[in-house]
Amino acid sequence: MLEVRGLACARGEQQLFSNLSFDLSAGELLQVQGENGKGKTTLLRALCGFIEPLAGQVRWQGQNIRELGEDYPGELIYLGHLNAIKDELNALENLRISCGLAGSAVSDSVAIAALRRMGLRGRETFPVKVLSQGQRRRVALARLLVSNAPLWILDEPLAALDVGAVGLMQSLIGEHLAKRGMVIFTTHQPLEVAGVPTRRLILS
Amino acid sequence: MTKLSMLDLLGLVVRRDLMLAMRRRADVLTTLIFFVLVVSLFPLAVGSEIDMLRKMAPGVVWVAALLASMLSLGRMFSADYLDGTLEQMLLVPQSLSMLVLSKILAHWMLSGLPLVLIAPVLGLQFDMSGEALLVLVAALLIGTPVLSMIGAFGAALTLGLRGGGVLVSLLVLPLCIPVLIFGAGAVTAVTSGVSPASNLSLLGAFLLMSLLFTPWVSAQALRISME
Repeated sequence: MLEVRGLACARGEQQLFSNLSFDLSAGELLQVQGENGKGKTTLLRALCGFIEPLAGQVRWQGQNIRELGEDYPGELIYLGHLNAIKDELNALENLRISCGLAGSAVSDSVAIAALRRMGLRGRETFPVKVLSQGQRRRVALARLLVSNAPLWILDEPLAALDVGAVGLMQSLIGEHLAKRGMVIFTTHQPLEVAGVPTRRLILS
Repeated sequence: MTKLSMLDLLGLVVRRDLMLAMRRRADVLTTLIFFVLVVSLFPLAVGSEIDMLRKMAPGVVWVAALLASMLSLGRMFSADYLDGTLEQMLLVPQSLSMLVLSKILAHWMLSGLPLVLIAPVLGLQFDMSGEALLVLVAALLIGTPVLSMIGAFGAALTLGLRGGGVLVSLLVLPLCIPVLIFGAGAVTAVTSGVSPASNLSLLGAFLLMSLLFTPWVSAQALRISME
Protein backbone atom coordinates (compact mmCIF):
# COMPACT_ATOMS: atom_id res chain seq x y z
CA MET A 1 0.00 0.00 0.00
CA LEU A 2 1.26 3.43 -0.97
CA GLU A 3 0.56 6.32 1.39
CA VAL A 4 1.29 9.95 0.67
CA ARG A 5 1.19 12.30 3.63
CA GLY A 6 1.33 16.08 3.43
CA LEU A 7 3.53 16.08 0.33
CA ALA A 8 4.80 19.40 -1.01
CA CYS A 9 7.06 19.73 -4.03
CA ALA A 10 8.62 22.61 -5.92
CA ARG A 11 10.18 22.94 -9.32
CA GLY A 12 12.89 25.57 -9.14
CA GLU A 13 11.48 28.47 -7.11
CA GLN A 14 7.86 27.68 -7.84
CA GLN A 15 5.86 25.57 -5.41
CA LEU A 16 3.66 23.21 -7.39
CA PHE A 17 1.50 21.60 -4.73
CA SER A 18 1.46 21.31 -0.98
CA ASN A 19 -0.22 19.29 1.73
CA LEU A 20 -1.13 16.51 -0.69
CA SER A 21 -2.31 13.29 0.96
CA PHE A 22 -3.78 10.13 -0.52
CA ASP A 23 -3.62 6.36 -0.20
CA LEU A 24 -3.47 3.71 -2.85
CA SER A 25 -4.25 0.10 -1.96
CA ALA A 26 -3.89 -3.09 -3.93
CA GLY A 27 -6.18 -3.29 -6.95
CA GLU A 28 -6.72 0.48 -7.22
CA LEU A 29 -6.27 2.75 -10.20
CA LEU A 30 -5.44 6.42 -9.72
CA GLN A 31 -5.37 9.04 -12.42
CA VAL A 32 -3.50 12.26 -11.69
CA GLN A 33 -5.14 15.14 -13.50
CA GLY A 34 -4.22 18.75 -13.98
CA GLU A 35 -3.33 21.32 -16.59
CA ASN A 36 0.14 21.52 -18.10
CA GLY A 37 2.69 22.67 -15.57
CA LYS A 38 0.62 21.79 -12.49
CA GLY A 39 3.11 19.21 -11.28
CA LYS A 40 1.82 15.85 -12.50
CA THR A 41 5.23 14.64 -13.60
CA THR A 42 6.86 16.12 -10.49
CA LEU A 43 4.42 14.22 -8.29
CA LEU A 44 5.14 10.94 -10.10
CA ARG A 45 8.88 11.54 -9.87
CA ALA A 46 8.55 12.29 -6.17
CA LEU A 47 6.68 8.99 -5.74
CA CYS A 48 9.62 7.23 -7.40
CA GLY A 49 12.02 8.94 -5.02
CA PHE A 50 13.87 10.99 -7.65
CA ILE A 51 12.86 14.25 -6.01
CA GLU A 52 13.31 15.17 -2.39
CA PRO A 53 9.95 16.67 -1.36
CA LEU A 54 9.90 20.01 0.46
CA ALA A 55 7.66 18.52 3.11
CA GLY A 56 5.74 15.36 3.81
CA GLN A 57 6.58 11.78 3.02
CA VAL A 58 5.82 8.90 0.71
CA ARG A 59 5.33 5.60 2.52
CA TRP A 60 5.37 2.12 1.04
CA GLN A 61 3.93 -0.70 3.17
CA GLY A 62 4.07 1.63 6.15
CA GLN A 63 7.69 2.68 5.75
CA ASN A 64 9.14 5.90 4.41
CA ILE A 65 10.68 5.24 0.99
CA ARG A 66 13.79 7.18 2.07
CA GLU A 67 14.40 4.52 4.72
CA LEU A 68 13.61 1.61 2.41
CA GLY A 69 16.53 2.61 0.17
CA GLU A 70 17.29 0.02 -2.50
CA ASP A 71 14.33 -2.22 -1.63
CA TYR A 72 11.73 0.25 -2.85
CA PRO A 73 12.76 0.54 -6.53
CA GLY A 74 12.31 -3.23 -6.91
CA GLU A 75 8.62 -2.77 -6.07
CA LEU A 76 7.83 -0.31 -8.84
CA ILE A 77 8.02 0.31 -12.53
CA TYR A 78 8.34 3.88 -13.67
CA LEU A 79 7.66 4.83 -17.25
CA GLY A 80 8.44 8.45 -17.98
CA HIS A 81 8.00 10.72 -20.97
CA LEU A 82 11.22 9.33 -22.36
CA ASN A 83 11.19 5.76 -23.55
CA ALA A 84 14.60 4.83 -22.11
CA ILE A 85 15.41 2.70 -25.13
CA LYS A 86 18.52 2.81 -27.29
CA ASP A 87 18.31 3.46 -31.02
CA GLU A 88 21.35 1.29 -31.72
CA LEU A 89 19.89 -1.83 -30.11
CA ASN A 90 16.99 -3.94 -31.28
CA ALA A 91 13.69 -4.32 -29.46
CA LEU A 92 14.67 -7.61 -27.83
CA GLU A 93 18.04 -6.31 -26.57
CA ASN A 94 16.36 -3.17 -25.25
CA LEU A 95 13.78 -5.17 -23.35
CA ARG A 96 16.38 -7.52 -21.85
CA ILE A 97 18.53 -4.61 -20.72
CA SER A 98 15.70 -2.62 -19.20
CA CYS A 99 14.59 -5.73 -17.30
CA GLY A 100 18.18 -6.25 -16.18
CA LEU A 101 18.35 -2.71 -14.85
CA ALA A 102 15.12 -3.40 -12.99
CA GLY A 103 16.94 -6.29 -11.34
CA SER A 104 15.64 -9.36 -13.14
CA ALA A 105 16.74 -11.50 -16.04
CA VAL A 106 14.19 -12.57 -18.63
CA SER A 107 14.54 -15.45 -21.05
CA ASP A 108 14.35 -14.78 -24.79
CA SER A 109 11.07 -16.64 -25.11
CA VAL A 110 9.36 -14.56 -22.43
CA ALA A 111 10.73 -11.34 -23.91
CA ILE A 112 9.65 -12.26 -27.45
CA ALA A 113 6.17 -13.21 -26.23
CA ALA A 114 5.88 -9.83 -24.51
CA LEU A 115 6.97 -7.94 -27.63
CA ARG A 116 4.50 -9.93 -29.76
CA ARG A 117 1.68 -9.14 -27.40
CA MET A 118 2.62 -5.47 -27.79
CA GLY A 119 2.05 -5.87 -31.52
CA LEU A 120 5.70 -6.00 -32.56
CA ARG A 121 5.63 -9.43 -34.18
CA GLY A 122 8.34 -9.65 -36.82
CA ARG A 123 10.10 -6.56 -35.52
CA GLU A 124 11.78 -8.09 -32.49
CA THR A 125 15.25 -7.91 -34.00
CA PHE A 126 14.93 -4.67 -35.96
CA PRO A 127 17.12 -1.83 -34.70
CA VAL A 128 14.84 0.50 -32.80
CA LYS A 129 15.88 3.45 -34.94
CA VAL A 130 13.85 2.12 -37.87
CA LEU A 131 10.68 1.85 -35.77
CA SER A 132 8.05 4.57 -35.55
CA GLN A 133 7.39 6.64 -32.39
CA GLY A 134 4.38 4.52 -31.51
CA GLN A 135 6.33 1.30 -31.97
CA ARG A 136 9.14 2.62 -29.77
CA ARG A 137 6.59 3.39 -27.10
CA ARG A 138 5.34 -0.18 -27.43
CA VAL A 139 8.88 -1.49 -26.89
CA ALA A 140 9.10 0.59 -23.70
CA LEU A 141 5.67 -0.60 -22.54
CA ALA A 142 6.61 -4.25 -23.08
CA ARG A 143 8.51 -4.02 -19.77
CA LEU A 144 5.19 -3.96 -17.98
CA LEU A 145 4.45 -7.46 -19.25
CA VAL A 146 7.59 -9.11 -17.94
CA SER A 147 7.77 -7.54 -14.50
CA ASN A 148 6.39 -8.61 -11.14
CA ALA A 149 6.50 -5.16 -9.60
CA PRO A 150 3.19 -4.37 -7.88
CA LEU A 151 3.28 -0.59 -8.37
CA TRP A 152 3.13 0.92 -11.83
CA ILE A 153 3.83 4.63 -12.18
CA LEU A 154 3.05 5.66 -15.74
CA ASP A 155 3.61 9.16 -17.05
CA GLU A 156 1.57 9.68 -20.23
CA PRO A 157 1.66 5.99 -21.19
CA LEU A 158 -0.64 6.60 -24.16
CA ALA A 159 1.53 9.22 -25.86
CA ALA A 160 2.05 8.30 -29.55
CA LEU A 161 -0.08 5.14 -29.28
CA ASP A 162 -2.82 4.29 -31.78
CA VAL A 163 -6.37 3.23 -30.87
CA GLY A 164 -5.52 -0.48 -30.87
CA ALA A 165 -2.59 0.04 -28.50
CA VAL A 166 -4.71 2.17 -26.18
CA GLY A 167 -7.17 -0.75 -25.96
CA LEU A 168 -4.25 -3.07 -25.25
CA MET A 169 -3.01 -0.80 -22.47
CA GLN A 170 -6.49 -0.81 -20.93
CA SER A 171 -6.52 -4.58 -20.81
CA LEU A 172 -2.93 -4.72 -19.47
CA ILE A 173 -3.82 -2.34 -16.66
CA GLY A 174 -7.00 -4.34 -15.99
CA GLU A 175 -4.99 -7.58 -15.68
CA HIS A 176 -2.47 -5.93 -13.40
CA LEU A 177 -5.20 -4.60 -11.11
CA ALA A 178 -6.84 -8.02 -11.05
CA LYS A 179 -3.52 -9.40 -9.73
CA ARG A 180 -3.77 -6.95 -6.81
CA GLY A 181 -1.44 -4.48 -8.48
CA MET A 182 -1.62 -0.70 -8.25
CA VAL A 183 -1.44 1.82 -11.05
CA ILE A 184 -0.90 5.57 -10.94
CA PHE A 185 -0.94 7.34 -14.28
CA THR A 186 -1.34 10.65 -16.00
CA THR A 187 -2.94 11.08 -19.38
CA HIS A 188 -4.79 13.63 -21.43
CA GLN A 189 -6.63 10.90 -23.32
CA PRO A 190 -9.58 8.95 -21.96
CA LEU A 191 -8.47 5.70 -20.32
CA GLU A 192 -11.07 3.59 -18.56
CA VAL A 193 -10.62 0.08 -17.29
CA ALA A 194 -13.73 -2.12 -17.35
CA GLY A 195 -14.96 -3.09 -13.89
CA VAL A 196 -12.51 -0.88 -11.97
CA PRO A 197 -13.46 2.65 -10.95
CA THR A 198 -10.77 5.21 -11.75
CA ARG A 199 -9.95 7.39 -8.76
CA ARG A 200 -8.95 10.88 -9.72
CA LEU A 201 -6.52 13.25 -8.09
CA ILE A 202 -6.74 16.77 -9.43
CA LEU A 203 -3.76 19.09 -9.07
CA SER A 204 -4.67 22.74 -9.34
CA MET B 1 12.31 -14.61 -14.03
CA THR B 2 15.44 -14.67 -11.92
CA LYS B 3 16.82 -11.96 -9.71
CA LEU B 4 20.14 -10.47 -10.75
CA SER B 5 23.02 -10.37 -8.33
CA MET B 6 25.35 -7.41 -8.06
CA LEU B 7 27.95 -9.03 -10.32
CA ASP B 8 25.31 -9.90 -12.93
CA LEU B 9 24.33 -6.25 -12.96
CA LEU B 10 27.96 -5.17 -13.38
CA GLY B 11 28.34 -7.61 -16.29
CA LEU B 12 25.08 -6.47 -17.86
CA VAL B 13 25.96 -2.77 -17.78
CA VAL B 14 29.52 -3.31 -19.04
CA ARG B 15 28.29 -5.55 -21.86
CA ARG B 16 25.60 -3.05 -22.74
CA ASP B 17 28.03 -0.15 -22.94
CA LEU B 18 30.52 -2.14 -25.00
CA MET B 19 27.76 -3.27 -27.35
CA LEU B 20 26.56 0.32 -27.79
CA ALA B 21 30.12 1.45 -28.47
CA MET B 22 30.62 -1.29 -31.04
CA ARG B 23 27.54 -0.09 -32.91
CA ARG B 24 28.82 3.49 -32.77
CA ARG B 25 32.53 2.93 -33.38
CA ALA B 26 33.35 6.50 -34.35
CA ASP B 27 33.23 7.61 -30.72
CA VAL B 28 35.90 5.16 -29.61
CA LEU B 29 38.08 5.82 -32.63
CA THR B 30 38.07 9.61 -32.21
CA THR B 31 39.60 9.30 -28.73
CA LEU B 32 42.31 6.96 -29.97
CA ILE B 33 43.10 8.97 -33.09
CA PHE B 34 43.26 12.18 -31.07
CA PHE B 35 45.79 10.56 -28.74
CA VAL B 36 47.93 9.27 -31.61
CA LEU B 37 47.83 12.62 -33.42
CA VAL B 38 48.71 14.77 -30.40
CA VAL B 39 51.64 12.56 -29.44
CA SER B 40 52.88 12.41 -33.03
CA LEU B 41 52.76 16.19 -33.46
CA PHE B 42 55.53 16.76 -30.91
CA PRO B 43 58.44 15.12 -32.76
CA LEU B 44 57.33 17.02 -35.88
CA ALA B 45 57.10 20.37 -34.14
CA VAL B 46 60.07 20.14 -31.79
CA GLY B 47 62.50 18.62 -34.25
CA SER B 48 64.51 15.45 -34.18
CA GLU B 49 66.96 16.03 -31.34
CA ILE B 50 66.92 12.55 -29.88
CA ASP B 51 68.01 13.57 -26.39
CA MET B 52 65.32 16.18 -25.99
CA LEU B 53 62.62 13.88 -27.40
CA ARG B 54 63.61 11.11 -25.03
CA LYS B 55 63.38 13.51 -22.09
CA MET B 56 59.97 14.90 -22.95
CA ALA B 57 58.39 11.62 -24.03
CA PRO B 58 56.73 10.62 -20.72
CA GLY B 59 55.26 14.07 -20.21
CA VAL B 60 53.92 14.30 -23.74
CA VAL B 61 52.33 10.87 -23.64
CA TRP B 62 50.71 11.54 -20.26
CA VAL B 63 49.36 14.96 -21.19
CA ALA B 64 47.95 13.54 -24.42
CA ALA B 65 46.36 10.63 -22.53
CA LEU B 66 44.81 13.07 -20.06
CA LEU B 67 43.36 15.25 -22.82
CA ALA B 68 42.14 12.25 -24.80
CA SER B 69 40.33 10.86 -21.78
CA MET B 70 38.62 14.27 -21.32
CA LEU B 71 37.18 13.99 -24.83
CA SER B 72 34.92 11.06 -24.05
CA LEU B 73 33.84 12.15 -20.57
CA GLY B 74 30.90 14.17 -21.82
CA ARG B 75 29.36 11.02 -23.26
CA MET B 76 29.69 8.95 -20.11
CA PHE B 77 26.23 9.69 -18.74
CA SER B 78 24.74 12.19 -21.18
CA ALA B 79 23.36 9.71 -23.74
CA ASP B 80 21.61 7.78 -20.97
CA TYR B 81 20.40 11.05 -19.46
CA LEU B 82 18.88 12.27 -22.72
CA ASP B 83 16.94 9.10 -23.57
CA GLY B 84 15.67 8.48 -20.05
CA THR B 85 17.77 5.39 -19.32
CA LEU B 86 19.48 7.16 -16.44
CA GLU B 87 16.14 7.50 -14.61
CA GLN B 88 15.72 3.75 -14.91
CA MET B 89 19.27 3.31 -13.65
CA LEU B 90 18.48 5.28 -10.52
CA LEU B 91 15.69 2.77 -9.92
CA VAL B 92 18.03 -0.20 -9.97
CA PRO B 93 17.28 -2.32 -6.90
CA GLN B 94 21.00 -2.63 -6.14
CA SER B 95 23.57 -0.14 -5.01
CA LEU B 96 23.78 2.75 -7.45
CA SER B 97 27.52 3.00 -6.73
CA MET B 98 27.96 -0.45 -8.23
CA LEU B 99 26.16 0.64 -11.37
CA VAL B 100 28.35 3.74 -11.60
CA LEU B 101 31.41 1.54 -11.14
CA SER B 102 30.28 -0.60 -14.09
CA LYS B 103 29.83 2.51 -16.22
CA ILE B 104 33.35 3.63 -15.22
CA LEU B 105 34.77 0.21 -16.05
CA ALA B 106 33.14 0.23 -19.48
CA HIS B 107 34.35 3.79 -20.07
CA TRP B 108 37.91 2.80 -19.20
CA MET B 109 37.80 -0.26 -21.47
CA LEU B 110 36.70 1.99 -24.34
CA SER B 111 38.81 5.08 -23.76
CA GLY B 112 41.66 4.13 -21.40
CA LEU B 113 42.68 0.64 -22.41
CA PRO B 114 43.18 1.44 -26.12
CA LEU B 115 45.56 4.24 -25.10
CA VAL B 116 47.55 1.89 -22.90
CA LEU B 117 47.84 -0.60 -25.74
CA ILE B 118 48.98 1.89 -28.35
CA ALA B 119 51.33 3.88 -26.08
CA PRO B 120 54.43 1.66 -26.65
CA VAL B 121 54.18 2.18 -30.40
CA LEU B 122 54.01 5.92 -29.90
CA GLY B 123 56.90 5.74 -27.42
CA LEU B 124 59.10 4.42 -30.22
CA GLN B 125 58.73 7.76 -32.02
CA PHE B 126 60.56 9.28 -29.07
CA ASP B 127 63.25 6.59 -29.06
CA MET B 128 62.28 5.39 -25.59
CA SER B 129 64.18 2.38 -24.26
CA GLY B 130 62.47 -0.95 -23.72
CA GLU B 131 62.57 -0.58 -19.99
CA ALA B 132 61.05 2.90 -20.14
CA LEU B 133 58.27 1.67 -22.43
CA LEU B 134 57.45 -1.11 -19.98
CA VAL B 135 57.18 1.35 -17.09
CA LEU B 136 55.14 3.73 -19.27
CA VAL B 137 52.61 0.99 -19.99
CA ALA B 138 52.48 -0.05 -16.33
CA ALA B 139 51.96 3.55 -15.20
CA LEU B 140 49.23 4.13 -17.79
CA LEU B 141 47.57 0.88 -16.81
CA ILE B 142 47.33 2.03 -13.19
CA GLY B 143 46.73 5.70 -13.95
CA THR B 144 44.10 5.74 -16.69
CA PRO B 145 41.40 4.06 -14.55
CA VAL B 146 41.92 6.88 -12.04
CA LEU B 147 41.31 9.40 -14.84
CA SER B 148 38.06 7.61 -15.75
CA MET B 149 36.95 7.58 -12.12
CA ILE B 150 37.67 11.24 -11.42
CA GLY B 151 36.12 12.02 -14.79
CA ALA B 152 32.93 10.15 -13.87
CA PHE B 153 32.56 12.38 -10.86
CA GLY B 154 32.92 15.50 -12.99
CA ALA B 155 30.57 14.16 -15.66
CA ALA B 156 27.93 13.32 -13.06
CA LEU B 157 28.15 16.78 -11.50
CA THR B 158 27.83 18.66 -14.79
CA LEU B 159 25.09 16.46 -16.24
CA GLY B 160 22.43 18.41 -18.07
CA LEU B 161 24.24 21.74 -17.76
CA ARG B 162 24.77 23.96 -20.76
CA GLY B 163 28.42 23.91 -21.84
CA GLY B 164 28.94 20.88 -19.62
CA GLY B 165 31.72 19.58 -21.88
CA VAL B 166 34.09 22.47 -21.18
CA LEU B 167 33.05 22.70 -17.56
CA VAL B 168 33.84 19.07 -16.93
CA SER B 169 37.38 19.57 -18.25
CA LEU B 170 37.92 22.60 -16.03
CA LEU B 171 36.65 20.64 -13.07
CA VAL B 172 38.48 17.41 -13.67
CA LEU B 173 41.87 18.48 -15.07
CA PRO B 174 43.17 20.02 -11.80
CA LEU B 175 42.14 16.89 -9.91
CA CYS B 176 44.14 14.76 -12.33
CA ILE B 177 47.41 16.62 -11.78
CA PRO B 178 48.77 14.18 -9.16
CA VAL B 179 48.20 11.26 -11.54
CA LEU B 180 50.04 13.19 -14.25
CA ILE B 181 52.99 13.98 -11.97
CA PHE B 182 53.52 10.49 -10.68
CA GLY B 183 52.68 8.79 -13.96
CA ALA B 184 55.23 10.80 -15.90
CA GLY B 185 57.55 10.68 -12.87
CA ALA B 186 57.70 6.89 -12.97
CA VAL B 187 59.07 6.91 -16.52
CA THR B 188 61.50 9.75 -15.81
CA ALA B 189 62.74 7.83 -12.79
CA VAL B 190 63.55 4.72 -14.77
CA THR B 191 65.33 6.65 -17.53
CA SER B 192 67.50 8.41 -14.94
CA GLY B 193 68.37 5.10 -13.34
CA VAL B 194 66.20 5.30 -10.22
CA SER B 195 63.59 2.70 -9.31
CA PRO B 196 60.07 3.74 -10.43
CA ALA B 197 58.55 1.72 -7.56
CA SER B 198 57.67 4.71 -5.38
CA ASN B 199 55.89 6.53 -8.20
CA LEU B 200 54.00 3.41 -9.19
CA SER B 201 52.99 2.71 -5.59
CA LEU B 202 51.63 6.21 -5.25
CA LEU B 203 49.65 5.73 -8.47
CA GLY B 204 48.36 2.47 -7.02
CA ALA B 205 47.32 4.31 -3.88
CA PHE B 206 45.40 6.84 -6.00
CA LEU B 207 43.71 3.95 -7.78
CA LEU B 208 42.57 2.37 -4.52
CA MET B 209 41.42 5.66 -3.06
CA SER B 210 39.37 6.59 -6.10
CA LEU B 211 37.99 3.05 -6.34
CA LEU B 212 36.74 3.47 -2.82
CA PHE B 213 35.26 6.96 -3.06
CA THR B 214 34.46 8.05 -6.62
CA PRO B 215 31.66 5.54 -7.41
CA TRP B 216 29.80 6.58 -4.30
CA VAL B 217 30.40 10.31 -4.77
CA SER B 218 29.43 10.08 -8.46
CA ALA B 219 26.25 8.21 -7.53
CA GLN B 220 25.29 11.02 -5.13
CA ALA B 221 26.11 13.61 -7.80
CA LEU B 222 23.89 11.75 -10.29
CA ARG B 223 20.99 11.78 -7.84
CA ILE B 224 21.40 15.52 -7.38
CA SER B 225 21.62 16.11 -11.13
CA MET B 226 18.45 14.12 -11.74
CA GLU B 227 16.28 16.07 -9.28
